[in-house]
Amino acid sequence: MAKPKVAFYWNASCGGCEEAVVDLAEDILKVVEAVDIVLWPVAMDFKKSDVEALKDGEIAVSFINGGVRTSEQEEWAKLLRRKSGLVVAFGSCAHLGGVPGLANLTDRKGVFEAAYGYLPSVDNPDGVMPQRKTRVPGGELGLPEFYDAVYALDQVIDVDYYLPGCAPPPDLIMEAVTAILTGKLPPKGSVLAPAKSLCDSCKRNESKPEKLEIAKLKRPHETFMDPEKCFLAEGVICTGPATRSGCGERCINANMPCRGCFGPTDEVRDQGAKFLSALASIIATDDPAEMEKVAESIPDTTGLFYMYSLPASLLTRKKAAK
Amino acid sequence: MTKRVTIDPITRLEGHGKIEIFLDDKGDVAQAYIQVPELRGFEKFSEGRMAEEMPRITPKICGVCPTAHHMASTKAVDDLYKVEPPRTARLIRELVYNAFMLEDHALHFYFLGGPDFVVGLEAPKAERNILGVIGKVGLETGGKVIDMRKRVRNIITTLGGRVIHPVLGLPGGVSRGLTPENREEFAKTAKDAVEFARFSLDLFGSVVLKNKTYVDTIVGDVYKHRTYYMGLVDEANKVSFYDGDIRVVNPSGKEFAKFPARDYLKHVAEHVETWSFVKFPYLKAVGWKGFVDGEKSGIYRVAPLARLNASDGMATPKAQAEHDRMYETLGGKPAHNTLAYHWARLVELLYAAERMVELVKDPDIMGTDIRTLPTQKPSEGVGVVEAPRGTLIHHFKSDERGVITQANLIVATVNNAPAICMSVERAAKGLIKNGNVSDGLLNMVEMAFRAYDPCFACASHALPGRTPLVVEIRGADGTLIRRLSQFVD
Ligand code: SF4
Ligand code: SF4
Ligand code: SF4
Repeated sequence: MAKPKVAFYWNASCGGCEEAVVDLAEDILKVVEAVDIVLWPVAMDFKKSDVEALKDGEIAVSFINGGVRTSEQEEWAKLLRRKSGLVVAFGSCAHLGGVPGLANLTDRKGVFEAAYGYLPSVDNPDGVMPQRKTRVPGGELGLPEFYDAVYALDQVIDVDYYLPGCAPPPDLIMEAVTAILTGKLPPKGSVLAPAKSLCDSCKRNESKPEKLEIAKLKRPHETFMDPEKCFLAEGVICTGPATRSGCGERCINANMPCRGCFGPTDEVRDQGAKFLSALASIIATDDPAEMEKVAESIPDTTGLFYMYSLPASLLTRKKAAK
Repeated sequence: MTKRVTIDPITRLEGHGKIEIFLDDKGDVAQAYIQVPELRGFEKFSEGRMAEEMPRITPKICGVCPTAHHMASTKAVDDLYKVEPPRTARLIRELVYNAFMLEDHALHFYFLGGPDFVVGLEAPKAERNILGVIGKVGLETGGKVIDMRKRVRNIITTLGGRVIHPVLGLPGGVSRGLTPENREEFAKTAKDAVEFARFSLDLFGSVVLKNKTYVDTIVGDVYKHRTYYMGLVDEANKVSFYDGDIRVVNPSGKEFAKFPARDYLKHVAEHVETWSFVKFPYLKAVGWKGFVDGEKSGIYRVAPLARLNASDGMATPKAQAEHDRMYETLGGKPAHNTLAYHWARLVELLYAAERMVELVKDPDIMGTDIRTLPTQKPSEGVGVVEAPRGTLIHHFKSDERGVITQANLIVATVNNAPAICMSVERAAKGLIKNGNVSDGLLNMVEMAFRAYDPCFACASHALPGRTPLVVEIRGADGTLIRRLSQFVD
């Protein structure tokens, strides 16, 4: 029997998701043995034309990381969708837009004006900006179209499964691959990680009092963080209550609070809103003015509560249309 | 035909870049361009974020060197909050940092750049990769490389929570310290890393330096540029990865400038072109003169060879001896040979290992005072480290709540962008004559930029980064003669 064909691809990615696959170390050999990799730009030599030459649906599964920001990325996503039986959004950028999705608080113009305009080291008296096309001696140079917003993968194509995390941890990657190879798959649309929240698996949960009451919020640099106690109980924002479990409490092991890279649990539509409501219920006051004062101690709730999920949230982006 | 020329180049490059080569009427190379077709806008969307979150946000610029961005940001927020981390925190950061430099340099030597030499310049392209290296040096060695990287990466995971995007850095210190068990384990890893670095240098010696063709290629004219060089140095002007002043030497090796990170704007500016999302930095005092080398051009280079050129040597004894041996062979300091970047990288590999041994031994690394809480109003801060691919500068301004109002990032590969352009062009010019595109072109061109270990994921921090390397060769009338690419049609 022929081995199933598998593709790895990256869109607007930092390369960390690719490293995560390399970090499978010895396990990667098992994967390579069991499947036939037909595309993996970082490590192997296949072209777009090789993918185009495949029959529709011939690739058993494509793992795609990175968000979608340019016309080329959109084309690639669509091509792989057509050629693949299953598409897995790999990592928080593909899953929810990821940290670069914070760029949706601005638009293309804002990005360009900073990068090529007002930043202090830029020397650009004539206001030169990158162009789609440039005439140069001998010919023309082109650049792809840069959209006004970053998109999560399922805003561009249909996605079958999601592997959360920035980057996804090796054990979940192996589990997902095994599930696919053995056909033991959950319903379409599932996130391939535990359904419970991070607090459920967090060792510090025991130190979380029955009823949490916070009188004052502290930013991580303003306080010494006890390596055993629940961050929230100490008044430090930890998005664990609104985040899916499965990362192995990686940040918490380093004595740093969670920032939500695993995205929301199944019951939640909007991770930031969920955390906000969780927080509101534990702030130890009913007085709106008092409440506002507590909230003011965190001057960027959008950036904090949606650090990984802005494009997939209810807020999505500054500009409504593509 | 396409099959033959489209092999590994891209597979051994981090991030995406695009090269275009234009020929003149005679069919000689008129110009070559390296384009970065992506931008992600980190500088813009950092505005409005809380300063202490920057060490967690900026690593997403690059998952291959997240630790470099994490440390540069952490140091920038130290400066922004005007807080000095305790000695223990400093040592822990530097330990994590050297562990990172070591695993990343090993990645480049064995997986990306080294295969050209270890497997051979003329070897089938399908073999010029890590598997080919293993074939040549044996499975045992291959296993050694994988194991070493794993153990060194484990130091970062232990202290930083995660190796891809670690989180230990806070303004004024680090989030956790070492346990005695950690220390014991790390000491063993560091000791083995010194062995590993020695082994790698010996491998380079026996495979490359004993081969006359390779040595001629390294010292040959096709891979040579007389430029300025930049790198961090300690008080004794020795190479330093984590901290120090920025030193610049001129093409003759004389000190041209030496300044603290905070003064970088007095010395460096960035030029913009319409055909790339990447900017082109240059030395302000000399000025932007286009893509030319020499004393009169403001173009400078960074990363391993540039660091060694810009310094008076290495701060550890074994690395210093290797440094001396390298310059003896290359005919003195500074060396302008682009391919010597590989050699310098191995000298640095040894330095990083020796430095790890020193850091783990230092009794203060076991201290319990790992953070100083900031007490002053935040305003502005600059942080600099030497990333594997060169000097990396993060510069933040904030309001008094510590909310970022401006973020400026000059990343390692961007510093090298003008030089990479020149190197590609020079290699192309040396090879393509009368419209004859030699089969050796692709690898020659690749070698010209691969020496820099360029990271276009980083370079595209300002935009997204997807298109892999494409080489297009066009005639004088603009018609496409040949297009060599990895996987984009
Ligand atoms: S999810 Fe994280 S690791 Fe993966 S591409 Fe995005 S930023 Fe990089
Ligand atoms: S809030 Fe954070 S620290 Fe507390 S139990 Fe939940 S995940 Fe753990
Ligand atoms: S602790 Fe939170 S931010 Fe850190 S890896 Fe886990 S889910 Fe992601």
